[in-house]
Amino acid sequence: MPLSLEWPRLCTLGVDGFLVQFGDRLSEQANRAALTFRAALENQNWDGIEETSTSLVSTYLRFDPQWQTHADLRVMLKGLLAQQDWFTGDLPTGRRLWRVPTVYGTTLAPQLDEAARVAGMTVDEAIASVSQSRVRVQTIGFAPGQPYLGALPPAWNIPRQTALTDKVPEGALAVAIQQLVLFSVTTPTGWRHIGQTAFRLFRPETEQPFVLRPGDEVIFVSTSPETLAQMTRDADGGATSEVIT
Amino acid sequence: MSCSLIVHQAGQGMTIQDQGRLGYLEYGLSRGGAADHLAIAEGAALLGQDRCKATLEMAGLGGEFEATEDMRIALTGAPMRASIDGGRIVWNASHALPKGARLSIGGAVAGVYGYLHVGGGLETTVKLGARSAHLAAGLGSPVFADDILPVGSDQSIGQIGMGLEPSQRFDGGLLRIVPSLQTEFFTPEQIHHFETTEFRRDTRGNRMGVRLQTKGAGFQSEAGLSVVSEVIVPGDVQITGDGAPFVLLSECQTTGGYPRIGTVLPADLPRVAQACAGAVLQFKFVSLEDAVEIESRERTKRQNLRQTIQPLIRDPRKIPNLLSYQLISGVTAGDDIEKAS
Repeated sequence: MPLSLEWPRLCTLGVDGFLVQFGDRLSEQANRAALTFRAALENQNWDGIEETSTSLVSTYLRFDPQWQTHADLRVMLKGLLAQQDWFTGDLPTGRRLWRVPTVYGTTLAPQLDEAARVAGMTVDEAIASVSQSRVRVQTIGFAPGQPYLGALPPAWNIPRQTALTDKVPEGALAVAIQQLVLFSVTTPTGWRHIGQTAFRLFRPETEQPFVLRPGDEVIFVSTSPETLAQMTRDADGGATSEVIT
Repeated sequence: MSCSLIVHQAGQGMTIQDQGRLGYLEYGLSRGGAADHLAIAEGAALLGQDRCKATLEMAGLGGEFEATEDMRIALTGAPMRASIDGGRIVWNASHALPKGARLSIGGAVAGVYGYLHVGGGLETTVKLGARSAHLAAGLGSPVFADDILPVGSDQSIGQIGMGLEPSQRFDGGLLRIVPSLQTEFFTPEQIHHFETTEFRRDTRGNRMGVRLQTKGAGFQSEAGLSVVSEVIVPGDVQITGDGAPFVLLSECQTTGGYPRIGTVLPADLPRVAQACAGAVLQFKFVSLEDAVEIESRERTKRQNLRQTIQPLIRDPRKIPNLLSYQLISGVTAGDDIEKAS
């Protein structure tokens, strides 16, 4: 992809931040670049850097302008950006692969049929397609610990609903625009509710309040309502994880 | 001996606040913390304690409180009518709150968020490194009547009767703003229109942000309607679908899709949070260099607040307008709040 002429782009955000943008629309390469560049930035341990994060296609950093001037930091960022092609680099290590038991359809997730129809699949094809996709946490946002995951196969490039669903429960798996969202809170949404998990994503009372991190990968393994019911007492809802090497 | 503040009555939207939580953007959790950070610094200066202590944030309306032991309090932010056992006390000052005495705090006379600080700070449970309620994230809850709030041990018991002159920020005014990543989505004509418009603070507003009203044409960005969601910081001015600006505050979301015309300087955010519905607000773009300089001065000013506090009782011979001052600790002529506003 001939991205190098225009991207990455470096701009300031507010009085004390920089944003390194790797594109102006969501793409696999731009998301990968944002994650990889953030990991490299964290490894620099530069003075005055207070926080870094990623959005879908960008890396953000907040700093203390009394420690580090905008001009100096801009030079340092440009230097780091020039060190490699961030669009094709290896993803950071320490990420995890999660297998999350998911009930597709039934009364627990009533919009599977509709979503399959919009995507041009039978219900069985839709379950096979989503449950066999290994998707990555592209960013966390909207609510604490809540992941946006992708990318699904192109058939899932379906629009959001025009009307909002009043309420989907915590642990709901919803689909739109080739992405999945796993809801960390009960909320209204325009995304179609196709699966239900018992996975608690935000646990403010524990040492590890946020379960998923950007870059983690997830497989939403199909399971029965009976099996899921037995897993609801466990905060992980039967989910297991392993470190990706 | 454990010391507590008993809440007998609480206005709606009363929460425990401190400086919020940094470092959780990656996980979708914004900093949160007091809507008016300057008021936190002022309270800490009045009580001679650290700025990280938790306080009570009162959204437009106070409440009734009682101390289980002798304690010190300070009142800052939006001035509210306050009394101890019926005797009026001045705002922007520290006072003794004796065991069993009733502290009554009424509605805001100007501004929105008033703060009740206690010596030793409120010592409710720490969650993710702070005591702040972050209601948008489901962290903590509002304070209700009959709550009993634990108070920490006070290192400077006895130091009371101090006052300070607050920075004026309760009646709207000028907001300084820097260009940000999407400013270029707006034409120079739109930027000019934005800077020359007198906005009024809408009735819609909370700790996440406040909406501004404008007469005449709203602000639109064709280029901005299809942008990918990007990182949001407090102070960002989003132009929402109907063309009205929305200034984001401490409890804002971490990413958002509406285009942003710029970012209000942190030093001016207390002015946004404290503007009442109907207050007039205007924007003025400043360069990033000037903004860094302004922020640096503001930081120094907040660090040196302690040197600006004065005993409430001063030498009468040096006070030209003697009658406007309180002459007995904690008691005033009764019209000081009106004068302050």
